[in-house]
Amino acid sequence: MSTLTAPPPGESLRWTLADSWTIARAELLHWVRNPSLIVSSVAFPVMFVVLFGFVFGSAIMVPGGGDYREFLMPGMFAQAMVNGAAATVAVVAAGRALGVTDRYRSMPVARSAPLIGRSLADMVGSVLDLAVLVVCGLLVGWTTRTGLLPTLAAVGLLLLLRFAMIWVGIFLGQVVSQEAAGLAWAPLFPLTMIANTFVSPEQMPPVLGVIADWNPISATVTATRQLFGNPGVELVGASWPAQHALLLAVLWPVAIVAVFLPLAVHRYRSMSR
Amino acid sequence: MTLGHHSVIADGLGKRFGATQALQGFDLAVPEGTVCGLLGPNGAGKTTAVRVLATLLRPDAGRAEVAGHDVAREPAQVRRNIGLTGQQPMVDEILTGRENLVHWGRLFHLSARAAARRADELLEQFGLTDAAHRRAKHYSGGMRRRLDIASSLVLAPRVYFLDEPTTGLDPRNRGEVWHALRNLVAGGTTVLMTTQYLDEADQLADRIVVIDGGRTVAEGTPTQLKNDIGGDRIDVTLRAETDLPAAAALLARGTGAEPEIDAPVRRISAAVRDRVAALTEVVRALDAAGIEVEDIGVRRPTLDEVFLHLTGHPAETRTEEAA
Repeated sequence: MSTLTAPPPGESLRWTLADSWTIARAELLHWVRNPSLIVSSVAFPVMFVVLFGFVFGSAIMVPGGGDYREFLMPGMFAQAMVNGAAATVAVVAAGRALGVTDRYRSMPVARSAPLIGRSLADMVGSVLDLAVLVVCGLLVGWTTRTGLLPTLAAVGLLLLLRFAMIWVGIFLGQVVSQEAAGLAWAPLFPLTMIANTFVSPEQMPPVLGVIADWNPISATVTATRQLFGNPGVELVGASWPAQHALLLAVLWPVAIVAVFLPLAVHRYRSMSR
Repeated sequence: MTLGHHSVIADGLGKRFGATQALQGFDLAVPEGTVCGLLGPNGAGKTTAVRVLATLLRPDAGRAEVAGHDVAREPAQVRRNIGLTGQQPMVDEILTGRENLVHWGRLFHLSARAAARRADELLEQFGLTDAAHRRAKHYSGGMRRRLDIASSLVLAPRVYFLDEPTTGLDPRNRGEVWHALRNLVAGGTTVLMTTQYLDEADQLADRIVVIDGGRTVAEGTPTQLKNDIGGDRIDVTLRAETDLPAAAALLARGTGAEPEIDAPVRRISAAVRDRVAALTEVVRALDAAGIEVEDIGVRRPTLDEVFLHLTGHPAETRTEEAA
């Protein structure tokens, strides 16, 4: 057996980044070698575009008028960003059940690297998800009517929401059993529906309308509709959250990260099952 | 070394999960460079003990030192000196065997070149060189287990924890894993291995610690443990089942002990004090009585019998055929 010196303490920033990247890279190799993982993650949103864009859409009124599919796509983008958390929950819970988490924790790996690596890999995955959906949107008649900067800002807001949801997913994945993790989409799904994703909250019963107005997803959807120049954004007579959508589309995800990132890291470090 | 000659010490460890007291007053001392088998049935506390020693769980009571470092106060130093292989084979199926090892090497902060070199060494050591570039998905159970073990040994740890290394493997794959472990031990690594298979502990361990209900109930070499429950046993297998009562009476007289009769396999078994005298006496008596014997022999008690004696209940029996 060859003699190897013990590695230096693993807490330095350099090792945290290096270890995170090593872990993220192995995760990314999974997608490269098993592209069916990507297909399954985008199949659902693409199906929704078809379902709502062409089946239910004709019955839905766009507030202020305009093309429904152009109104729909920002909602679909945001919904995909939020539902992606279900995949994060499943992978994190599976890693725990398989003992991968224990192996990392028994090694001199930088303590938060497995979590950061997970979030890096999932961010790359969500860029892919979003790219596929954008192409899908362009095919069904959606387009951005503003310049490059507002468009990039909209994409940035969508990815910011995804980043926040990844940390929700990393936390939940450490808390719930593997069986429960398979059902993580169940609470997320209504969360993405009771919002302005598919219809305007004004058309909902009052209680649901208020929830939809304040839903963090609605903020991102309204803000991206504004930034893409898509229809359905009415500022006159709109609720306070609708009028301040851009601000909330930044504040909500930042608040979610501020709560769930420390929770996830704390949970990981103090895990004592 | 600060510990003198012990690489693993546990002193009165306690750990409770809700209403379950998983460990209570668990003691252990593993001399450096030896293999200790931690033997006990399901739920005895084996895995909890390993998880505490590998810094994955904080004990509620007691203290433990691994490779000279306190597990609660200096977990980072402990982690740099241990390897852990859990119960489920933990290989990345999408990656090749070599990629798996390089991945772990990088996480142990080896350079890309050093990680690749170490991966090749380990593949060679564990007989996986031919399969190095195949995805682990296509490996057999024994190969996965060996790859799993190899990936815990990237840094040549001073103390290696193995939780039930061959659970769920068929006899051939178990043999492969045992062979790999014997080579490892010959290299001087201190090993703490949990198992519920008595023959596994007997095959690999220098010393055995029997755990039941979260505490140590016995400790010693396999030979000592067997001696503890009283000497050897004589087994007689008869040709005809009808001879069983007569032969049992002869055995009782020849050994002075109450024989146990296993009728379906026509076998009678009894404890003996003087191996040779008892064997001679029983053979002579059976011959004189004209009882036809298919097989006769004197043997050491099995660890199953030791376990039953120590804990009052039988050990978990294996479902598949014992090797």
